[in-house]
This record gives sequence, structure tokens and C-alpha cells, in this order.
Amino acid sequence: MELMHIGMQHFLVVSAALFTLGVFGIFLNRRNVIIILMSVELMLLSIQVNLVTFSAHLHDLTGQVFSMFVLTVAAAEAAIGLAILVAFFRNKGSIAVEDISSLKG
Amino acid sequence: MIEALFFYVFSAVLIASALMVITARNPVHAVLFLIMAFFNAAALFVMLGAEFIAMILVIVYVGAVAVLFLFVVMMLDINFAALRVGMKKHLPVGLFVGAALFAELIWLYLSWQGSAGAAERVTMPTPDAAYITNTHALGHVLYTNYVYLFQISGLILLVAMIGAITLTLRDRAGVRRQKISEQVSRKPKDVLKIEKIATGAGVS
Repeated sequence: MELMHIGMQHFLVVSAALFTLGVFGIFLNRRNVIIILMSVELMLLSIQVNLVTFSAHLHDLTGQVFSMFVLTVAAAEAAIGLAILVAFFRNKGSIAVEDISSLKG
Repeated sequence: MIEALFFYVFSAVLIASALMVITARNPVHAVLFLIMAFFNAAALFVMLGAEFIAMILVIVYVGAVAVLFLFVVMMLDINFAALRVGMKKHLPVGLFVGAALFAELIWLYLSWQGSAGAAERVTMPTPDAAYITNTHALGHVLYTNYVYLFQISGLILLVAMIGAITLTLRDRAGVRRQKISEQVSRKPKDVLKIEKIATGAGVS
């Protein structure tokens, strides 16, 4: 892999690093729902980088169209996730998701 | 040469911001680093020639999603320090899983080769950027070939909106609202009374 001439593989390495950081963030911040949601956004961003990279190097617009749908779904999921978080916080007073055990028999 | 410099600068800042998102102590800082990550990803998209997606990333992700995160982080009084307990315990396993995942992805990506007939199996060929802009080309494709997906993504957004409102709207007692039907059906004889006052005498 060359260092000066930027090809597809450079962008794919960036996408892999972003995805790994997203997964790592979920591992680290298990109790913190907001950071988990942000790590999911990072993972979705890495997927968009991947799709657009392949779209650019295969000269195919499908990758960019799919990336736009990924963006749509990511925005919808962030909205719903935060609404759930706000509703949860109103009832519990904290966002430690380990405390959700009232249905436990 | 300059292109390589730009790429390395944007990628380095992008990966550094992503790292700061997951390790920040202050939640507002974490969201701000996420915003920086989105901006640098948009810059990388511009380098790839997908400027429409780059601008949409800035408008939708930074302008709506990240602002939503900021609202929630600032509205809820969250004790962040209590939530970072146990972080050191999960660090080795997380590093191992992250390293394994990264190694697998790198090995896959660096050994990727296009198949022989890939060039003629392109579904939507990207037109030459000298004749038609990226936005125009996407418009050609999105509303014709992908119209069903486009409408379904609109439906997804509608469902998300309804869901978010349903989850968080609450009725509070004692809030005064207008009842338009009562206002409109009010008659003058119910509220007005004409009195004859002698000149000079006041109203008591």
C-alpha cells in the first residue's frame, strides 16, 4: 500500500478504524447510553465512508444512494433512541441502564 | 502530493475525534468531538467526489442529529462520573476485541481485488463530473430507479417522528389552552350589556 498515492485502500483503512472505534466505545461505555448512541453513529458513519469509497472507485452511483438511506435510518434511530432515553430519564432520574430490572422475576 | 496531505490531515483528525468521543469525560465535549468527526468525514467525501453526500452529512448529521444530542445532553442532569465506573475493568477485553476486529478488516480490505467482469456489471454508472454534477446525477437516479426506497425512507422518518412525539409528549394538568369552538360560539348577549348612563354621572 503506497503512502503518497491515495487509493481505495486508504479510505477503507479509515473506515475500518472508525468502525473499530465505535465497537470499542460500546465496550468501554456500557453504562452510558448517550455514548453508546454516539458510538452507533460512528459505526454508521464508517459504513457510509466504505460505501462512498466503493462507489467512487467502481464508478457506480449505487453506493452513494445507499449511503443516503443509511443516513436517513441513522437520523431516525438517533431520534427514537434519544426519545426513549428522555422518557426513561423522566421516570428513573438517571441513565444507568443497569437499573432497568423491574420486570425481572 | 497535496491530495495525500489533505487526506492524511482529514483522516487523522477524524480518527482522533472518534477516539475522543468515546473517552471524553464531559458529555458536551463528546458531542462536540462527534461534530468534528462528521465535518472531517464530509471533507473525505468531497475528496471522493461525492459532494452531495458531504453537504447532506453537514446539514443532517451535524445540523440535526448532533444538535439533538446536544439538547438531550444539556437538558438531562446526568452524573457522568458515576457512569464511568467500571471502564478500566472492560478496557483489556475491549482492546483485544477492537484489535482483532481491526486486524480482520484490514486484512480483508488490503487483499480485496475486483472481479474480472466488475466493470460491465455496474448498476448505475457515475457520469463524467465534467458534464453533470454529483447532485444532478444522484437526482437522475434517486427519483426513477430508487423511487420505492426513497418513499420508504420517507415513511421511516414519519414513523420516527410519530414515535418520538408519542414517547415524550405528556399532558400536564393546569395548562390553559384556547377552546376555539367556545370562542367562536360566543354570543354578544352573553357577554355584553348596554347600560344607559346619564351625562356626567359615572359608572359605579
